[in-house]
Amino acid sequence: MAELFDMGKHTWFVWGSYAVFFIFIVAELVLLGRRRRTIWQRLSRIKRMNSGDNNET
Amino acid sequence: MNINWFKYASPASFYPLAGKMIPWFAVPAVILAVIGLIMGLFILPPDFKQGESYRIIFIHVPAAWMSMVIYLAMAFWAIIGMVWNSRLSSMMATALAPTGAIFCFLALWTGALWGKPTWGTYWVWDARLTTQLILLFMYFGYMALHAAIEDPRRAARASGLLAVVGAFNVPIIYFSVQWWNTLHQGASITPTKSEMAASMASVMLIMAIAAWLYSIAVTLKRVRCEILDRERHAAWVAELSTEAK
Repeated sequence: MAELFDMGKHTWFVWGSYAVFFIFIVAELVLLGRRRRTIWQRLSRIKRMNSGDNNET
Repeated sequence: MNINWFKYASPASFYPLAGKMIPWFAVPAVILAVIGLIMGLFILPPDFKQGESYRIIFIHVPAAWMSMVIYLAMAFWAIIGMVWNSRLSSMMATALAPTGAIFCFLALWTGALWGKPTWGTYWVWDARLTTQLILLFMYFGYMALHAAIEDPRRAARASGLLAVVGAFNVPIIYFSVQWWNTLHQGASITPTKSEMAASMASVMLIMAIAAWLYSIAVTLKRVRCEILDRERHAAWVAELSTEAK
């Protein structure tokens, strides 16, 4: 298995590139998912506030 | 079949369409990336000159291409937004910026890690590398300016102008290796010729298509967030949040 990942004297350069690439792509997707959740939470808050206003009137 | 495309310029119409389109780009992007990575990392033999380090180009070149293409797309949507005062266009420009910045950074990072074993240095102030770094700063400038202005219309206009001005840097990046004497080599692949082995070029092409599809999918996902955020007080968004429950 280790042989499969062995890049000789270039191991750090190759895997250093691919690891950072992967980390950034995953981070982008995670942050995007988190932003989506935050927006939906804000929307439901707005909706609750609006329905509260309607109940008062 | 007659499709009214202008209908989709409205955020309310585009939001569900974007949602339907995402899997059509995301799924092939994942499949192609997996194929490209397996072939590029484990199946193709080492390069006779560069050894194993050449495998970095399978992510470096698509990242560099995407960083330029996304900036041009951003400038395009910014112009459309400014000319027709279309909200969706400025949202598209805003949604493209983070992905473009990420690809730009990754092009620089992977380029540095490829440069050390190949050129003997991580960084050199040659025209290609410097203009690519300027592109990263243009992305940062665009996002910072957009975030700094509270009014969305003013933010879109100011950052849009920056996107258009910065777009002039893209052809300079592309032609820098021809115009100046740079350490960075010229293009190995052009629309008319390829100096790479066919197997290597095909893996790079697979990875490039995967990067394109990924960028489109992520941008569509982000533009949906932009739409919801900016239209949060619109009646159709209120209905949507009711349906979501």
